[in-house]
Amino acid sequence: MATYQLIVNGERREVNVDPSTPLLWVLREDLKMTGTKYGCGISACGACTVHLGGIATRSCIVPISHVGDRPIVTIEGIGQDAVGRAVQAAWVETDVVQCGYCQSGQIMSAVALLKHTPRPTEQNIEESMGGNLCRCGTYPRIREAIKTAATQLTKGGA
Amino acid sequence: MAARQELNRRGFLQVSFAAASGLFVSLYLDPKSASLAQEAPMPPTQSKVYPPDAFVNIRPDGKIVIQVNRLEFGQGVQTALPMLLADEMDADWTNVIANLAPAADVYKDPLFGMQMVGGSGSIAHSFQQYRELGAKTRAMLVAVAADHWNTTPDKCRTEASVVYGPNGKSAAYAELAGEAARKPVPAKVKLKSPAELRLVGKRVKRLDSNAKCNGSLKFGLDLDLPGMKVAVVAHPPVFGGRVKSVVDDEARGIEGVTNVFDIPLAKGTGVAVVADRFWAAKQARSRLKIDWDLDDVEKADSAELWTRYRQLGRTPGNVAVSNGEANAIDKIPANNRIVAEYEFPYLAHTPMEPLNTTVRFDGDRAEVWAGSQFQTFDQLAVAEVLGLKPEQVIFHTEMAGGGFGRRAVTDSHVQREAAAIAKRLRGTPVKLIWTREDDVQGGYYRPMHFHRVEVGVGSNGLPVAWRHVIVGQSLLAGTPFESFAIKNGVDATATEGTADTHYNIPNFHVTAHHPKVNVPVLWWRSVGHTHNAFVMETMTDELATRARMDPIAYRRKLLKPEAKKLLSTLDLLEKASAGWRNSLPRGHALGVSCHECFDTGVACAVDVSIENKRPKVHRATIAVNCGLAVNPLTVESQFQAGLSFGLTQLMAKGAITLKNGIVEQRNWDGYVPPYIVDAPVAVDVHIVPSGEAPTGCGEPPVPVISPAVVNALARLTGKRYRTLPLVNV
Repeated sequence: MATYQLIVNGERREVNVDPSTPLLWVLREDLKMTGTKYGCGISACGACTVHLGGIATRSCIVPISHVGDRPIVTIEGIGQDAVGRAVQAAWVETDVVQCGYCQSGQIMSAVALLKHTPRPTEQNIEESMGGNLCRCGTYPRIREAIKTAATQLTKGGA
Repeated sequence: MAARQELNRRGFLQVSFAAASGLFVSLYLDPKSASLAQEAPMPPTQSKVYPPDAFVNIRPDGKIVIQVNRLEFGQGVQTALPMLLADEMDADWTNVIANLAPAADVYKDPLFGMQMVGGSGSIAHSFQQYRELGAKTRAMLVAVAADHWNTTPDKCRTEASVVYGPNGKSAAYAELAGEAARKPVPAKVKLKSPAELRLVGKRVKRLDSNAKCNGSLKFGLDLDLPGMKVAVVAHPPVFGGRVKSVVDDEARGIEGVTNVFDIPLAKGTGVAVVADRFWAAKQARSRLKIDWDLDDVEKADSAELWTRYRQLGRTPGNVAVSNGEANAIDKIPANNRIVAEYEFPYLAHTPMEPLNTTVRFDGDRAEVWAGSQFQTFDQLAVAEVLGLKPEQVIFHTEMAGGGFGRRAVTDSHVQREAAAIAKRLRGTPVKLIWTREDDVQGGYYRPMHFHRVEVGVGSNGLPVAWRHVIVGQSLLAGTPFESFAIKNGVDATATEGTADTHYNIPNFHVTAHHPKVNVPVLWWRSVGHTHNAFVMETMTDELATRARMDPIAYRRKLLKPEAKKLLSTLDLLEKASAGWRNSLPRGHALGVSCHECFDTGVACAVDVSIENKRPKVHRATIAVNCGLAVNPLTVESQFQAGLSFGLTQLMAKGAITLKNGIVEQRNWDGYVPPYIVDAPVAVDVHIVPSGEAPTGCGEPPVPVISPAVVNALARLTGKRYRTLPLVNV
């Protein structure tokens, strides 16, 4: 066991865990933030996507000992950000979700996409969202919601 | 309740199924009988009386909590059932809260006689039930208001949770609720006419979107209870294997690990590891040294199974249907005969949320939290493992991250494992987690199937003789459903979609073999239709091409005149796809299919090209006839997304295979379902306007898509694709 200082959604948190513990399980079980989901444990599905140092990252394969001082943003905190808010709003407006289990990860990937590419093409969307699995298959509405959020954000000048 | 307490589990199952048997069989397995019921504009009123207080709670703050008697796992029933009730009740929709009901007799499916989601029956079976509950609740509230105002109920009207009376009087439902609860429940109520409906038939957004978009919604896996432990189980590498010996020193040495012990499994035995946290449990499991006894278990092997299945498929099986002359095909000249063989592998469901169940055993009672499609079975199973009566087991229905049939398991194997672990840790809640590896390798797959079809073509290009052999494990042999579903040695869930085809084929002969294989199998969203629709719709397309006919026109000609639902969808499909169907860019091709299942008719047209040696679906147009569309937005969503689920079986790595008893795939790297790049880019859904009783939309999206895509590929390459997964295009 070792102690780690983390910055999660802008707040300082301290955890005492085994250094090999993936960030995903620290968030879910130690910090009780269960919005970030376990789907595969091998970075194949993207359900565990968080922003680590501003980069969309699969938290299931990042040992807590590798996090360092990079700030962590999760689905619980993404609404503090204008892009995050716009994406969440577009998701609700478009009625994207079905079972909803993958959608935290989908939203985190979509926010990362729009932060770097405010006007994404279909190809940008397929590339950035390409590792996020949705077994319900909500992909057509995910595309639509990303475009809606992009329009909102570029219109609003965010 | 008293009578039920005296029954043992087996007896109880017999009683519940006997009560529902006629309807169960007709609605779930025999579409022909079910279609007769649809001639009535609305389903018959159920005789069972449902107490409104079990379903509706009007809180003092005006919030209306509606109990949903089904699991919500994406299909939208948590929005649609409350819509039905709230509409008749004239409840203020913005104040409706939907809650997933715990296991209880009152929440059983009115037709199936058990609490469950399956057979795309949620709306079809509870349509009348929820409307009546809403109307009765409204009547009780109005009766109280009328008493207060010295008037009669017919002088009152209701809107948005308020009763309005003569002389400008009004009262909120919340003010009347306490007294209304003491009013007698009216035996009969008048339901709204279609024109009076405010919610039903409208595009109503889901109630659970916000919570699913901000991370606050709790799924079963997210459950956290004081003092809770987490468990994982080491399962045998071959189904049915048993633990001979285990060395667990290293596992026990991992900080946070509290218990390691053997447990019985549905087949064989395993080793449970219990820890404070998941990561410790998983690490510890990987450090167990287990010597497995695999001597007496059959080691299934895909290559060997194919050899066996092909041989079986070339011999006649038990007769599923035989119309006309069984051997008419033999009289057809060889150049007018097509012989085709099809192969379908095992498929895993892999819902996004890994399987899990939490149990706390307190000696004389227990509490369970599970995202279950079969609450009634799972509650009984936990009770049996713990030596309790079912009513001593409080069973909470947790929101589930997908399921597709995987959470509807007649042997309740996950719940039994969880209960066996909790039994050893009396008083401590234990959450059992099946890792993704456990899920991919753990069995309960859509069975492997082999089809052999011989078709004789008449001078008009239509089939005149059809001989069809289906080989695959029975889903229902050995389950409580066996006596209802298996007739003449044929499991109807293996032949559905072929044996009950709506095509008019004069000499039509279908037989089936059900070999026994040591691989647990399970229904996979749309069940037998996954492979049967593929065979029927690709062969039909082959016949249309051979006859040089338009694929829509050919199907219309081949359908029986009484196949009204399918005919209506073909008409609508033809119109809806007219803008693009005949003007595709170079390198693109049209693919068409149609299929009816669970009493819902679907027709599909796709625009497909080949990119990176894979089919790229640029557009799909869907026409659906599901009777009255209770929530057209949900219907649209189910089809837009459900097509991707259906495409699982076309993925290059869309197969579970076994070698010497061991599953060769471990996770989503070896078994790869569709990602965004594999899914249709855009799907437009068109609903046939209908006032008929609603039918399901959970499963019907799945069967149509893979044959439609393959039919388009055939136009592009001239090849026929009869072996899945689709490794080479």
